[in-house]
Amino acid sequence: MTALQGCLLISALLFAIGFAGAVTRRHAILVLIGIELMLNAANLNFIAFWRFGPHPEALTGFMFVLFSMALAGAEAAVGLALVIAIYRHKKTSNLDEVKELKG
Amino acid sequence: MFDKLDQIFVTALHWLVSFVPEAWRSLASSLICIAFILSVFPAVFSVTTIFERKGIGRIQNRYGPNRVGIPFTKIRLAGFGQFIPDGVKMLTKEDIVPRAADKIVHFLAPVVMLIPVLLAYAVLPFGRNMTVTDYDAGLLFFFAVGGAVELSVFMAGWSSRNKYSLLGAMRAIAQMVSYEIPLILSAVTVVMVVGSLNLNAIIAHQNQYTFGIAHWFVFTPWGLVGFILFFIASLAESNRTPFDLPEAESEIIAGYFTEYSGFKFALFFLGEYLGMFAIIGLGITLFLGGWTSPVSFLTWIPSYVWFFTKLMAIVFVFIWIRATLPRLRMDQLMNFAWKFMLPLALINILVAGLWHYMAADWQRWLVCSTIIFGAYVILGRGLMHNQKLGKRIYRYAE
Amino acid sequence: MSIFFILTAIVTLFAAASAMSLRNLVHCALALAVSFTGIAALYLQLDAQFVGFAEILVYVGAIAILIVFAILLTRSGEAPENSVLTSGWMAGIAISAMVFTLLGWAVLNSSAIPKENPPAPVATVKNVGDALMTKFVLPLEIIGLVLTAAMIGAVIIALKESSKSETAGRES
Repeated sequence: MTALQGCLLISALLFAIGFAGAVTRRHAILVLIGIELMLNAANLNFIAFWRFGPHPEALTGFMFVLFSMALAGAEAAVGLALVIAIYRHKKTSNLDEVKELKG
Repeated sequence: MFDKLDQIFVTALHWLVSFVPEAWRSLASSLICIAFILSVFPAVFSVTTIFERKGIGRIQNRYGPNRVGIPFTKIRLAGFGQFIPDGVKMLTKEDIVPRAADKIVHFLAPVVMLIPVLLAYAVLPFGRNMTVTDYDAGLLFFFAVGGAVELSVFMAGWSSRNKYSLLGAMRAIAQMVSYEIPLILSAVTVVMVVGSLNLNAIIAHQNQYTFGIAHWFVFTPWGLVGFILFFIASLAESNRTPFDLPEAESEIIAGYFTEYSGFKFALFFLGEYLGMFAIIGLGITLFLGGWTSPVSFLTWIPSYVWFFTKLMAIVFVFIWIRATLPRLRMDQLMNFAWKFMLPLALINILVAGLWHYMAADWQRWLVCSTIIFGAYVILGRGLMHNQKLGKRIYRYAE
Repeated sequence: MSIFFILTAIVTLFAAASAMSLRNLVHCALALAVSFTGIAALYLQLDAQFVGFAEILVYVGAIAILIVFAILLTRSGEAPENSVLTSGWMAGIAISAMVFTLLGWAVLNSSAIPKENPPAPVATVKNVGDALMTKFVLPLEIIGLVLTAAMIGAVIIALKESSKSETAGRES
């Protein structure tokens, strides 16, 4: 197993963990945490391909990770604001109880 | 001869490392550096506590500690031995953990506090050739590890299961997050002008002399504003008066470390002071030329002496402010960060860009100073808008 | 792969698994912070220093704090009494196990993966800055716009509803 394969396996496992959490947990914040983990798994893939790939001097994978981090920050801010708004409205953050998209 | 004195610690490090077999040298060198940081800065901390108590006592027209000298002798040293019994008392007190507390998180919080603070020292240049790890992105490293302190504050506040702890932690996090932005933005100006995140490169840029006066960034319009913004933000980041709402004794007992005692409390205390020294050290490096001398005829004084002199001078200003100013209110704190410091820091970035591209003559000084002064006046008036400041009225109980 | 890399990976994955399986939400958020730190350490070992530091600054310093704040604001700091899993959790676990098996099989059997490791590339801060200001300047500007929009949106969503209904009432 090469180093690249090791990195890819780690990130695949991280993705699977994040995915499993996002689809099985009830709490809205935990779903967001799962999504963050999946994004991080993707970032790890980009860095691994940048490090072991053919043209590292182009910095493409590197830049992709920087931009996706900024997007993850925006996503977390909006997602958590939504969770807080839903909580304020329905007094719950349990996803099984928030089924209809109307107030 | 002065060069030898300047490099005495570096030479000593090389000499010590030369006893170690070849393969282990880098490890030994880092271990010695860690031991250096772990011994010097807690020593500075203990000296600072006694200076703080005596200094505030002097400012408030009372004595302060003046009895304890060297233990088991008759030497009194005007009370400067007070930190020894203080430390012994702190370390031998009973360690109380509340029954409802989350034991693991409660135990981990002080450790998590201390680790990032100590890591931050890894990139600070204490003197010529005296940086532990010379990272290319040293400034980014400093701010990155500084962000982890907030998490430890939250851990301490939440795990204690005490409303005052939680209130203090929420106040501390809100304050730290708000003031981190002006802190970083004021440092960005320096990065723009130097073109590097490496702290040694920033010092090298300031280590030049015209007419015998150093090119410190604080001697330029944007650098002065940047330094003042950085100074205020670092006061807030280290939870010092007038920004000590997180541990406001008269309101919420002691804030997030209400439920800590004994050794863990000592760790929080140490962590807070070490964080303060680290951020002051960064401010010195960015705006006050780090270990360089202000005038060229004093360059023979060893670099580390300059660093620690500047450090203690700014610590003195911190103590002075603590003894002088009252505590802010929460809305005043937030208004000041978001409505005054943040816009001023952004304008300061603009001014630093102008400064970089304009020709180096008196017009540059005029334009940059005018913009900054105008922004200061407008923002200050905006902040004072709707604030009715009149003659103070005293109401007495009847 | 060095021993240290494998250890970091194990810590990261363990922390991620506990972030997704612990009952108390605050513990989950703290485990998530550990996991982010581990990922940053992985980046450092893959010679991506800048990304590693940025990971700690953004994820541990900002996103973990944000999550913790949201947990406290929605008053879910205590472990719930009833089940924490959704009704169809077994299907979810099965699907994620399948995803991992498929990805792992693809990674281990792919012919596109180079066999030998190239030398470590250099990504100094200067290189990164130059690339951001020349080749990637358009994405940078768009990211700035997206962040501004997200910030305004988050503020509007989380604004107090009472003030909104007040203004609506005044209009009607």
